[in-house]
Amino acid sequence: MSQKIDQDHRRFREIVRGKIKQDLKRYITQGEMIGKRGKDMVSIPLPQVEMPRFRYGQKQTGGVGQGDGEPGDDLGSGEPKKGQAGDRPGEHLVEVELTMEELAQILGEELELPRIEPRGKERLIAKKDRYTGIRRTGPESLRHFRRTFKQALRRQISMGSYDPKNPVIVPIRDDLRYRSFRTEAVPQSSAVVIYMMDVSGSMGDEQKEIVRIESFWLDTWLRSQYQGVETRFVIHDAVAKEVDRDTFFRTRESGGTMISSAYKLCAKLIDDHYPPSEWNIYPFHFSDGDNWSVDDTVACLALLREKILPRVNQFSYGQVESPYGSGQFIKDLHEQFGPDDNLVTSEIKGKDAIVDSIRDFLGRGR
Amino acid sequence: MAQPGYLHELQVEIEAHARGFGLDFFQTIFEVLSYKQMHEVAAYGGFPTRYPHWRFGMDYEQLSRGHEYGLSKIYELVINNDPAYGYLLEGNSLVDQKMVMAHVYGHVDFFKNNYFFSQTNRKMIDGMANHAARVRRHVERQGVDKVESFIDACLSLENLIDPMSQFIRRRTTVRDEDQGAGAGAGAGAEDAEEASDAGEVPRLRAKGYMEQFINPPAFVEQQRQRQQREREKDRRFPEEPERDVLLFLLEHAPLERWERDVLEVVRAEAYYFAPQAQTKIMNEGWASYWHSRIMTEKALSTAEIVDYADANAGVLATSKGQLNPYKLGVELLRHIEDRWNKGRFGKEWNDCDDLATRRHWDRRLGLGRQKIFEVRKLYNDVTFIDEFFTMEFCHEQRFYAFGWNERSGNFEVQSREFKKVKEQLLFQLTNHGQPFIVVQDGNYENRGELLLGQHHAGADLKVDHARDTLVNLARVWKRPVNLLTRLDGKGRLMRFDGRDHSEKSADVAAK
Repeated sequence: MSQKIDQDHRRFREIVRGKIKQDLKRYITQGEMIGKRGKDMVSIPLPQVEMPRFRYGQKQTGGVGQGDGEPGDDLGSGEPKKGQAGDRPGEHLVEVELTMEELAQILGEELELPRIEPRGKERLIAKKDRYTGIRRTGPESLRHFRRTFKQALRRQISMGSYDPKNPVIVPIRDDLRYRSFRTEAVPQSSAVVIYMMDVSGSMGDEQKEIVRIESFWLDTWLRSQYQGVETRFVIHDAVAKEVDRDTFFRTRESGGTMISSAYKLCAKLIDDHYPPSEWNIYPFHFSDGDNWSVDDTVACLALLREKILPRVNQFSYGQVESPYGSGQFIKDLHEQFGPDDNLVTSEIKGKDAIVDSIRDFLGRGR
Repeated sequence: MAQPGYLHELQVEIEAHARGFGLDFFQTIFEVLSYKQMHEVAAYGGFPTRYPHWRFGMDYEQLSRGHEYGLSKIYELVINNDPAYGYLLEGNSLVDQKMVMAHVYGHVDFFKNNYFFSQTNRKMIDGMANHAARVRRHVERQGVDKVESFIDACLSLENLIDPMSQFIRRRTTVRDEDQGAGAGAGAGAEDAEEASDAGEVPRLRAKGYMEQFINPPAFVEQQRQRQQREREKDRRFPEEPERDVLLFLLEHAPLERWERDVLEVVRAEAYYFAPQAQTKIMNEGWASYWHSRIMTEKALSTAEIVDYADANAGVLATSKGQLNPYKLGVELLRHIEDRWNKGRFGKEWNDCDDLATRRHWDRRLGLGRQKIFEVRKLYNDVTFIDEFFTMEFCHEQRFYAFGWNERSGNFEVQSREFKKVKEQLLFQLTNHGQPFIVVQDGNYENRGELLLGQHHAGADLKVDHARDTLVNLARVWKRPVNLLTRLDGKGRLMRFDGRDHSEKSADVAAK
């Protein structure tokens, strides 16, 4: 049912979107949304929509309470609300919720990201059942109660056997109605994102934080573009292994760096699980650009050219600046691959550069 | 939604009980709402229609979210109107509905009889609808964004009203004094006016040798000083600091017609809601007192008692660091009733120091009922607490004062001392816990700027909010605005000139 409030509510959501868009850069660099992430919602504190007033800070004024407690007892640091029940909504910190989809939309609009065209080769077709209508036969589990009783009521009224004073309705066999379904073919596009990260000693906490924030936004956008997105995580120093999300962001090794190990594993993952005809594949690799040897770099380039690039939508390499890394690897990539290849590089100098880097990676619409 | 028959029967029953107890209320109409409709109405402050504004949408979303997550539930809602409207939540149990009805009758009796509601518009449902229509018309002509941002500015100043002005004549429209003086001057008045413009004391015509008798120098000097005082007064604008800042803006800000109209709407609604804020504790206490008596003495069947007790306990629950107005209100009313029943008042009671005598003091006067009806008629929260919040009550109900501890970064219990608790309570109730802000000068520095001043009562303003509010104030005043306040014990003059904020130390004593 439509309500009068809908108009005001819509307006409020518009304002929220506007404010988030305005401050998107700050939200991205500070990564404060990530901590507040639910399954498919994020909760964002938005003090900007609070109505400013001349008023006291509660820390200044304190208050009165009732019940247990001795002087000096702790009451918690949150702003205590005054009274729970009441006739007007209380004052509290405004927090709004956004679905990941809305967030992706805002991100897309603000960074002017093109929508991704799924690779057209052989589109995967999935079959899906949809309830589309009503029929008179069917399994009991699909019986449509309301329609059945409506039918029964209609029949009883027309037969004159309905008594409003004693409204008993008994459906008979002919009244039964069932949901009917149709099987439809839905084009399906699924994607897999393979995150690879260098966890050698030269990647510090700050570098990892950047990767964490950036991967959140990359995820958010890719998820909005495909129906099913899988993520795989690979860490490497001199050897590579697949890990879960948590380990990915926490692990810190001290060994040397052999990037080729990660690329080998990546190629293997694609071989084993993700046939390119069915999957849109997005490998992302983050490193400080310090590779062990020139030989290994040569091996990497070969792997990329032969095994990875032909099969993926786009290979993205993000080089996080670190005080220890030489940053050589990105130069090697530039020498080998031109702008026409489906390989994108981005240098991420610090948290402020995350926004530009996201644009680098996603700006091509591949 | 139409009221189902069984609820109507309930209403008739509860209404009879309420009347039987001597409650005196407007005709009350109950409507059953789905939770969505309930949230809509609640977001609109209890009214079916309000002017368009996103804030209502925000409240709606937060109410809905609180409901979805099971954090909050609106049981009842009632509007001060004649006839009064009470809203019931669809799907509540019958016991809940009964309790809400009894509660609502308590509120309506309070609305009708409490002095502080005596000036409110009893046809406010129509009033709100008219406001909505007015604002919508402006939206159509001026565009949504323009009107909305102006409403934002007005709402940000909404609390700068003078709730007591409805009962007191604060200012005289014509300066009586001047009139007297004008009449006395008689024929010479015109001359005198010209002369006074030139800064000279008017003299009666006299021959040279008579001059010092007809215009004695002492008198002339006195007149000169008086004129100077008058001129200074004229220069002061407003003459006396004005607490109704919104009224001052309405009268003196260079507003366009639609802006003035919108500001009027916001101000009228602020005044309408003010008494509810002023009597929150009493109002809820009174309603809780009566729902509990009606339910336990009349309306409950044995089977319903546990459910009722459960719901009632929820209403009266206290939690850390929060004041539950329902609880405080109902307990204090019961305390008063008990005291007047037992004659625990007056000089003899106050002078009695003997604890044993006090404990067994019972004069069997039975004046309790009469007293609480009197209290509900004549008091508001401040006077209610000031007069009846006694040391015994404070200890019995285990009140404490809490405050912020900078070192631990937490709120903590500070004191259970009666004097501290009461002071704290009165502080947070006075002016509904809002700072006192007045217009001090409408022509500050002779530049047409606005100067507001805060009567500092021990607590500083929230600076970030104050800054943003100044921006909104400048939007209405259309010239630079200033606020004289005190931060960390030092006088500060905060200023916003339409583009930038600035701040400098100031002599607060000057106000």
